[in-house]
Amino acid sequence: MPADNFEREKAIVNLQHEILNVDNLHAWFGDFHAVKGVSLAVQQGQVVALIGPSGCGKSTFIRCINRLHEEVPGARVQGRVTIGGQDIYGRGADPVRIRRYVGMVFQKPNPFPGLSIFENVAVGLKLGGISKRTVLDEQVERALRQAALWEEVKDKLRQPGTSLSGGQQQRLCIARALAVEPPVILMDEPTSALDPISTAKIEDLLHELKKSVTILIVTHNMQQASRVSDKTAFFLLGELIEYGETSQIFTNPARPKTEEYITGRFG
Amino acid sequence: MEEVSGGILDMIGKLMTKSSRREKRRDVHLGDRIFYYSLKASAWTLVFVLLLMFGLILQMAWPAFQHFGWRFLVTNEWNSVTSEFGALALIYGTVVSSLIALVLAVPMSIGVALFLNELAPRWLSTPLGFFVEMLAAIPSIVYGLWGLFVLAPFLRTYVQPPLVDHLGFLRLFEGPPLGVGMMAAGVILAIMIMPTITAICREVFRAIPQSNREAALGLGATRWEMLKLAVLRSSQAGMLGATILGLGRALGETMAVTMVIGNNPDIKVSLMASAQTMASILANQYAEADSPLHLSALTAVGLALFLVSLTINGIARFVVWRVNRKYVRGH
Repeated sequence: MPADNFEREKAIVNLQHEILNVDNLHAWFGDFHAVKGVSLAVQQGQVVALIGPSGCGKSTFIRCINRLHEEVPGARVQGRVTIGGQDIYGRGADPVRIRRYVGMVFQKPNPFPGLSIFENVAVGLKLGGISKRTVLDEQVERALRQAALWEEVKDKLRQPGTSLSGGQQQRLCIARALAVEPPVILMDEPTSALDPISTAKIEDLLHELKKSVTILIVTHNMQQASRVSDKTAFFLLGELIEYGETSQIFTNPARPKTEEYITGRFG
Repeated sequence: MEEVSGGILDMIGKLMTKSSRREKRRDVHLGDRIFYYSLKASAWTLVFVLLLMFGLILQMAWPAFQHFGWRFLVTNEWNSVTSEFGALALIYGTVVSSLIALVLAVPMSIGVALFLNELAPRWLSTPLGFFVEMLAAIPSIVYGLWGLFVLAPFLRTYVQPPLVDHLGFLRLFEGPPLGVGMMAAGVILAIMIMPTITAICREVFRAIPQSNREAALGLGATRWEMLKLAVLRSSQAGMLGATILGLGRALGETMAVTMVIGNNPDIKVSLMASAQTMASILANQYAEADSPLHLSALTAVGLALFLVSLTINGIARFVVWRVNRKYVRGH
């Protein structure tokens, strides 16, 4: 096997394992240094929970991974982020294209008002230039099934997305993100506005989803982090304090600060 | 007018619900009670004044209605010498000049509002927004003067001749380019209602949660796609409301229109012909109306203007309510 071919094979193998690599990432809001030199790597098919007290930079961190942070006036990013080997802050990288490959689910359910349930899910596909009815139908159904919402909405796809309950709306937003089959989905406290039953449904969903998608989830709920994630990253004042297997972080943290936080002594 | 008619509808609505479930006020303090009743009196005075005005106009206009009957609204002969008065041309003039204004002002205002709120950096949007709002502070008569001495000659020299040459077959642009006329009135109305529509659209856009915009951007929308998805679609009712307020202003605008419309009560398809609106004929002829019938006919025009704006407002409110029900509450 020629050398360059071998290199490529190796790159593909690597790609399959390591989907996301963040190297020395800094982020600012004006003068405020919100993320201070964070490095971490995520394997494909894992759920990574980001925990830490409010204002520790975890939301800002995930918003750097789909280049949404820079949309805030005065915001700035420095560092290297690669998704599937592609440098998303590299020269010529188009944030619009990158966001099509990295799904995002927000704190509050935010289906587009004025769009039906179907249209809400199809929106990402349409933005990507897909307009064939059969493809749209198929992908929308797949995404809604994946988001465990299909059975509840299949008879009312023409109704507005905003007519659903809060928990259903959030699953609709997850379906909206899933429709374009992104390799990575970012979730920014997706259950903090939901009741316990809806929260449990979404947590169950995460277990199913990680077969096909890599998930980064910001959460304030420690139990949630321990229930849903394979790995946990603990942030404090913009720094990544500890990153490791969830079981290890919650039973035997390496850093005293992590232990203090997860046992509820501050934060 | 817009505000007042809305207030009345609200008030009637409140009265009707009040009778079904009477809530007892329990202001123990004498001061509170005096305050409550004095405010209540003010509110009712407003209704009373409006009804009084309506009654008085109706009384003054009655002879004209008696004399002409329905013909008053469906004929367009307006001749004080022969004492033939029909208001159709005036209604036509009001509606068409207002429509021209809306066609020109609505897209422009929405564009300006989008630019100021969503695209322009703060150092630019603050002063620019201030200038747009300043347009609303210019007195109507000043607009009229500008329209007469600047806009009309400009239209006559640079805009209307090419329209006649190239689009004359449309009949909308035929006849001599006079400058003054329906087109000038529409353009000046457009400029006058733009600040209102822009300001309300900006409020409407401001009310949209940032997370809707981020949802669109997060899906890989370009800036324009984001504006379409997250901003324009969810503001349909609000933009319609802004349009209605603009329309309300355009329908009743008097001075500036009187100065540029040419004051010829006739129905012509061409937008370059001179015309007359309900408001402008009142401004024009009130002082010199000598026969009682002429005076009564003018008052009847005033009444018609009142009713036309009331009807348009009613329809528009209904549409806003429908759109709201369909899109926002989602049932």
